[in-house]
Amino acid sequence: MVPLPYRVLTRHQELTDTVTLRIAPISKRLADPLPGQYEMLWAFGIGEVPISVSGLDDDGVLEHTIRSVGAVTKSLCSSKVGDIIGARGPFGIGWNIDRATGQDLLIVAGGLGLAPLRLAMLEALANRHRYGRLALLVGARDPESLLFVEELEQWRGRFDIDVEVTVDAAPPSWRGNVGVVTKFIARTPVDFSNTSAIVCGPEVMMRFAALTLADHGVPPGQIYLSMERNMRCAIGHCGHCQFGPEFICKDGPVFPWTRMEKMMLAKEQ
Amino acid sequence: MKTIRDLLGEHQLFRSFHPDLLELMAGCGHNVHFEAGKQIFSEGEPADEFYVLRSGKVSIGIAVPHRGTVLVETLGPNEVLGVSWPFPPYRWEFDSRAMDPTSAIAMDAECLRTKCEEDPALGYQVFKSFALLMRNRLQATRLQLLDLYGNHAG
Repeated sequence: MVPLPYRVLTRHQELTDTVTLRIAPISKRLADPLPGQYEMLWAFGIGEVPISVSGLDDDGVLEHTIRSVGAVTKSLCSSKVGDIIGARGPFGIGWNIDRATGQDLLIVAGGLGLAPLRLAMLEALANRHRYGRLALLVGARDPESLLFVEELEQWRGRFDIDVEVTVDAAPPSWRGNVGVVTKFIARTPVDFSNTSAIVCGPEVMMRFAALTLADHGVPPGQIYLSMERNMRCAIGHCGHCQFGPEFICKDGPVFPWTRMEKMMLAKEQ
Repeated sequence: MKTIRDLLGEHQLFRSFHPDLLELMAGCGHNVHFEAGKQIFSEGEPADEFYVLRSGKVSIGIAVPHRGTVLVETLGPNEVLGVSWPFPPYRWEFDSRAMDPTSAIAMDAECLRTKCEEDPALGYQVFKSFALLMRNRLQATRLQLLDLYGNHAG
């Protein structure tokens, strides 16, 4: 698939190493992504990387929240308004939160994992009547590393969502929670036996979150994780992202815990 | 009005205790309230109580030169503040402050240690519960140590 040219409309510095780009199609437009899907973004002349979609406008404007970790992401993060980048996709299996209709929905985000979950949160809010309790747990390294702070504060101010934010360490001025995000699962006011949980963050955090959710009674088939492992071609061809029998790029990145548990608990050789 | 025994029996750590054991424990407890901002204890002070939190929020912090008191954990309702009381030299190893107005049951450490020595059934239940508490805290601390959210790109 050939990448389509997209123009950078806005660039927002979220954190010291993380940027959100809003990009618009120049001519042809990609299909609208579903929450949890990703696109391959091209920094022309350098390379391409898979980046989850963190936002979507009605006119096809995409939002991608990118952390600078290598040459391609560094280039993308350095993009200026008006620059052209390439995009192909969308790819992968998304969150599909429709299947949680009639249940409580618990969203657990760790670090940059909030970005792939943002679109799911927005969809849940746009269809709030479909779900029972809606709860969001967010963990971050420290207060300065929290993503989408203004939005978190807005969501926290609503009467129909429970939002808990916690950090791993904080300065004396912090008035919020300190502790690992998994600790707050126990006190989330949902009916665990009738809850769907969607989780995204570092793999270790997702593993412990899934185990904790299952311990509290969330059916393992109703716990969904977004995996990320060396996705290159995005179409299940190159094999770089293969994880056991699964291709993360096309069989995922969203998987139920029942399909991931054995492999995630196995030690790497 | 609920007694100390009733309140202890509602707490997740002591919920499984036999009522007689709760009655024994309750004799060491009394209600306390901390206003927001109140220092509950400081590192090095005698750990002569621990606190069964009922409402509010408290911080656990470590004084670090040039950084002030770094907060490493916060605790809320249905949690317990203080795990230094069972072990000599019975001194606090961290600082704690009430972040919000906080109500708790303060348990006299020497009273409870004495009762645990005299009644092995009580001692076993109390130490089993605290072992679970410390195991959960250790697990959480190890996750925090991993700095999972840091940018570990090569």
